[in-house]
Order: sequence, then structure tokens, then C-alpha cells
Amino acid sequence: MEANFKLRPDVFQALKTAYKKEKSRRAKDIIRAIIYNADIAKRECLAICQDTGLPVIFIELGQDVQIIGGFLGEAINKGVQSGYKQAYLRNSIICDPIKRGKPGFMPAVIHYELVPGKNLKLTVLPKGFGCENKAQVKMFKPTIDLQQIKRFIVDVVKNAGPDACPPFVVGVGIGGTQDYACLLAKKALLRPLAPPHPWPSPHRGEGRGEGEYRIRVLEQDLLKAINRLNIGPMGLGGRTTALAVNIETYPTHIAGLPVCVNISCHALRNAQTVI
Amino acid sequence: MRKYFLSCITQRANSNLKMRNLRAGDKILYTGKLYTARDQAHKRLVDAIKKDKKLPIDLKSAVIYYCGPTNTPKDKVIGSCGPTTSSRMDSFTPLLLKNGLKAMIGKGGRSKDVIAALKKYRAVYFLTYAGCGALLANYVKNKKLICYPDLGPEAIYELTVKDFPLIVGIDSKGRSIYDSF
Repeated sequence: MEANFKLRPDVFQALKTAYKKEKSRRAKDIIRAIIYNADIAKRECLAICQDTGLPVIFIELGQDVQIIGGFLGEAINKGVQSGYKQAYLRNSIICDPIKRGKPGFMPAVIHYELVPGKNLKLTVLPKGFGCENKAQVKMFKPTIDLQQIKRFIVDVVKNAGPDACPPFVVGVGIGGTQDYACLLAKKALLRPLAPPHPWPSPHRGEGRGEGEYRIRVLEQDLLKAINRLNIGPMGLGGRTTALAVNIETYPTHIAGLPVCVNISCHALRNAQTVI
Repeated sequence: MRKYFLSCITQRANSNLKMRNLRAGDKILYTGKLYTARDQAHKRLVDAIKKDKKLPIDLKSAVIYYCGPTNTPKDKVIGSCGPTTSSRMDSFTPLLLKNGLKAMIGKGGRSKDVIAALKKYRAVYFLTYAGCGALLANYVKNKKLICYPDLGPEAIYELTVKDFPLIVGIDSKGRSIYDSF
């Protein structure tokens, strides 16, 4: 519920900064409307966006935790359903993707990860589909140069254009397998926007410092390139096409280089709790 | 709030709005009636037209808003109600325009076929603040279920709006705001 009423503070801040940077009156007007919308949503307990998304839930389960009294997945779905109902959010989930039918509130998409320790961390990302529809994954050849990867990422954003509610946050997953790159891209959206970001990831191994630096430079290069597209807020031109580019990487196979881009609209919201 | 938006709005309009006088990029505050309809409702409307069945709404001079609002909180007229991506409705739009549809409200670009149909039938495609459903809810004064309740948020509702902020995306001469910069 909280995730649907409250824009993430770092996103809110980034929008304010973008407002100052924009020169055109129209772009300023739109960003102001977005900021105002976030205020109203918080104050009146209305959803920031009518697309209250498909809730994507990330569970980090400490391996010393024992869950008793029922299945965790079921409890989560029940929680999602009652939270969405109570908060008058939208029932946007279709149980049969082919036959369609009447939309309901569940199930959520749940990613489980086993981690050391005895905590359970739960993160909810209600992902709207205006932007989710624009996600793309590509399996590059391992000998490809970085320029082509960059071009692919910028092209995905260009292709999303005004449809996916710019200004965006662009999540990129590089490495792993096809499915894992997609998961990384989505997880990248959870990372706070303001630099310096909390690297190092535990999988980066040796040369972590340099690798981290390269990724950070790449993020900044991409952000500049994307903001030169002049898509702007609502696709009506301007300097702010993306608020940030977040990249997550993982080791991959000698034969491949998967890259996935997952875009979030400006209404990026997620909430977290640790039990 | 109103005051601020007015500062950049060029004209007010009601349902007598002359579509052919509008130019891409014009900003207006619309007062009148809208029908919400999105993917599944479009499919059903177009199916009904093809089968020569009576339509549940009168398309003549109607304005369709691509919107599936959230559920309505107790003390409110409507929940969050921003526009959804218009291009998903592209394949259905020309037939609706042929049957009298006057304007659509959504977000994002449209296909070449839709632009051609807008020119042919002298209709207009508007944009409104995308991803600002909570803000837009304030301009909705009444909501009435018209048909397809089994579609949940995708049902067709009649909304009565006051000073609803719109920007002309594509005008009746086929000029698009996206080509202007």
C-alpha cells in the first residue's frame, strides 16, 4: 500500500532537480504536474498512478529463518490482495493470460533468494505495464564492443518514447543467463538513484574496484546519451528523458553476453520491510 | 492548483468544442463528458460494430478517454485515473472514428492509420498528464458505469469532468505535437 501512495524520496528529489534543469516551459509544466501528483497521492491516499501494477516481490530469506504456520507465498498473495483491496487500488491481474477474463488483485510475481542470516527482507515493486511492455532483452555475441551494447540500451529507451511515461529510470542487467539478466535489470530499479551507489555487489570478485568504476562511468555515459534524445517529460521534448541509469552485472558464459533493459516510468515506487 | 495550470492554458472548452479549430500543441481545459474505454472495451465495441449490433454508447460526437481507474475510495468520486498507452488501441480506432467518435484522450504516439483517420473524419487526439492519476482525479466530478462491468477497471464509465487539462496531440489536419520539436 505504502508503495502505491508514496513516490520514492530519491525519485522525488531527482524530479525536483530535473525541474530546475529543464529550460522549456512545457517540460517544466509537466514535471511540476508530476511532483504535484505525488503530493496529492500522499496527502489524499490515492494511488500515484491508476496502474497500480503487477506487484513484483523480492524476498531475501535468511537461511536461519524458519517459517511456521503456512506457506510464505500464499501469505504474501493474501497480503497483496487485502492491501490492494483496502487501499482501493486497481485489480489489474488476469489469471488466464490467453483467455483473459475478469481482473483480480493477485497473484504477485515473487522472487525468492536465500541469503545468510536470520532476517526476512521483503521488497514490493508495483510495476506498471506502460513501461514494462517496453522491456527488451538481447543475447549479444561475446566479442561485441561496448559501443553496440550502449546503442542497444539507448535504442530501447528511444523505442519506449512517450508511451512509457518519461522521465524514466532505466534498469539494465548485463551478464548471467537470459532470464537472470532480466532479473538483474528489474533489481537495478530498486537501487537508490543518487550516486554514489552501493556497490560492490558480492559477485564481482577480484578487480571489484575497477569494475565498479567502469560500470559507474558507463551509467553516466548512457544517461547523457539518453538525455540527448530530446524525448523529455511525456515525450514532448526536453532535457530529462531519464532520471538515472542503473546497471547491475553478473558473471556470464564464454559464449555469450545477455543484456536486458527494463524501463520504469517516473512513478517508480517500492517499499521494503525487514522482519 | 487550478490557478497554476491555468497559467499555461490557452482556452477553455466544453462539449461544443470545434475540433477543426484546434492545432497540435494547443492546451485546453475541457468541461463535459468522457467515456473511459481501453483494450477489452475497444475489442467489444469494434466486434459489436462489425456484427451490426447496437452499441452500448452513442459514439456520435463522443470523447473516449483511455483510462482504467483504480477502485474508488469511500469519500471520493473516483480513484486515481490517468491515461494509458494509446498505441494499444490503434488497430481499433479508425473504425470508431468512422462511426462518429470525435476525440480521444491518452498518452504516447499513434499509428499512421490513426493519423490518416483523424484527418479523414476531422477528429482530434489529446494528451493529458501521463502518470498523474491522483492529480487528474480532482477534475472528475461524476462517474457512472455504462457497460461491461465484468471487465472491472476496463468497463466503460461516463465521467463528467470540469476543467480537465488537455494538450492537442494530433489535430484534425494530422499535425502531431511529436513532430514539432
